[in-house]
Amino acid sequence: MSIVQALSPEIWTAVRLTIELAALTTAILLVVGTPVAWWLARSRAWWKEAVAAIVALPLVLPPTVLGFYLLVTLGPSGPGGALAGLWGARTLAFTFEGLVIGSVVYSLPFVVQPIRNAFEAMGDRPLEVAATLRASPARAFWTVAVPLARPGFLTGAVLGFAHTVGEFGVVLMIGGNVPGETKVLSVAIYDFVETLRWREANILAGGMVVFAFAVILAMTLIEKRMRRAGE
Amino acid sequence: MLMETRVRWGVAGAVMVVCAALAGPAAAGETNVAVAANFTEAAKEIATLFSAETEHQAVLSFGSTGQLYTQITQDAPFEVFLAADDDRPAKAIAEGYGVEGSSFTYAIGKLVLWSSEADLVKDQETLKAGDFQKIAVANPETAPYGTAAVEAMKALGVYDALKNKIVQGNNIAQTYQFVETANAELGFVAKAQLAGNESGSRWEVPGDLYNPIKQDAVLLKKGEANDAARAFVAFLRSPAALAVIEKYGYGVESAN
Repeated sequence: MSIVQALSPEIWTAVRLTIELAALTTAILLVVGTPVAWWLARSRAWWKEAVAAIVALPLVLPPTVLGFYLLVTLGPSGPGGALAGLWGARTLAFTFEGLVIGSVVYSLPFVVQPIRNAFEAMGDRPLEVAATLRASPARAFWTVAVPLARPGFLTGAVLGFAHTVGEFGVVLMIGGNVPGETKVLSVAIYDFVETLRWREANILAGGMVVFAFAVILAMTLIEKRMRRAGE
Repeated sequence: MLMETRVRWGVAGAVMVVCAALAGPAAAGETNVAVAANFTEAAKEIATLFSAETEHQAVLSFGSTGQLYTQITQDAPFEVFLAADDDRPAKAIAEGYGVEGSSFTYAIGKLVLWSSEADLVKDQETLKAGDFQKIAVANPETAPYGTAAVEAMKALGVYDALKNKIVQGNNIAQTYQFVETANAELGFVAKAQLAGNESGSRWEVPGDLYNPIKQDAVLLKKGEANDAARAFVAFLRSPAALAVIEKYGYGVESAN
């Protein structure tokens, strides 16, 4: 029996859902994270490190802290409930949208940090040269800064994606285990272990190990190559 | 010289006092007890009575029955298992983790449909009308109260209609929390969780709509040689413990 046959539709639903969640989260984080990273890299405001610390909080906080606050924030008495009210729902918990919000918060530092580092590493010089060549700041950003920071964007995107795939505690607390909506891979594995269905658990867990290994290896290799190409 | 000697004796005396305090009465021991989440509050109260009565200590760990059972099969240091069903204690014995003949029903769980909103839950008509967006149920695969909730919904013929509104708590404690925070308007919880809580609205699900939630206890092999573990299992059947169990809204089996 092949692995494909061994996996039920339930599992494929979880796989697809996980990929959708991670892809959407990464896309949002690149859009939201880039200006934040740019500001953190370029600003001289004395309080910018305080902002950087806030961005980095999810690195340190236990997922239970995020899960607890998210559950309350997304719920009927929080802003999430008010937002959900726009389309007649009561809460953002237990929904795919709620998971996206949670994942964006949870994976934020993994995207912002590498991009910020890349912006900082290139220094002021390229932008000054662009300015002397009469490039507008926006043009300099798009044609000089972004291409130079490409390895940072790549690292950020890969880490953001992989970290969202690996998310568990937050999803468990705000997801409600709804198939096709919030039952992602990590939660499916947990369920299999709890119900002693270790064959399925083994297949999925083994798949995650391979995935994580491939991601890290690919990232290191590509980054190395980009560095060399940049020199 | 004299001073030194005095200090030395003083230190020795202090050390002896500390040792005596740590050792406690000669008979006192400790036992690790795995407790199904629904029994959390009752178990804490029983553990307090237990240590007052016997001077043993019961150290409690809470989780879903399925989760705790998985841990037991992986050599968790639990000596007594208070499950939320009778399957897993039986399985523990069959698979060699539990002591033969040591299991018994310590409580019979009751299922309640509860909402933190007043007037939302009336009776079974609430389920039939389906006038809500989310209903919280414990994971029926791992939590016996979840299994019972699904049975009750099927018995009422509303399961298929409600299936898409179900959100699952990982155990009964999380299910309760989904309803408490009003993220789900209503949910099936354990009656014991609502002891001393008059808020919201509720309907006690009639016992003929689901298989009785027989919660069995079992002495695990790891606790077989531990006096404290055996004493805790025995204490569960004492009148003092039974009174606590009934106070939290569980049924108890008639004395045998």
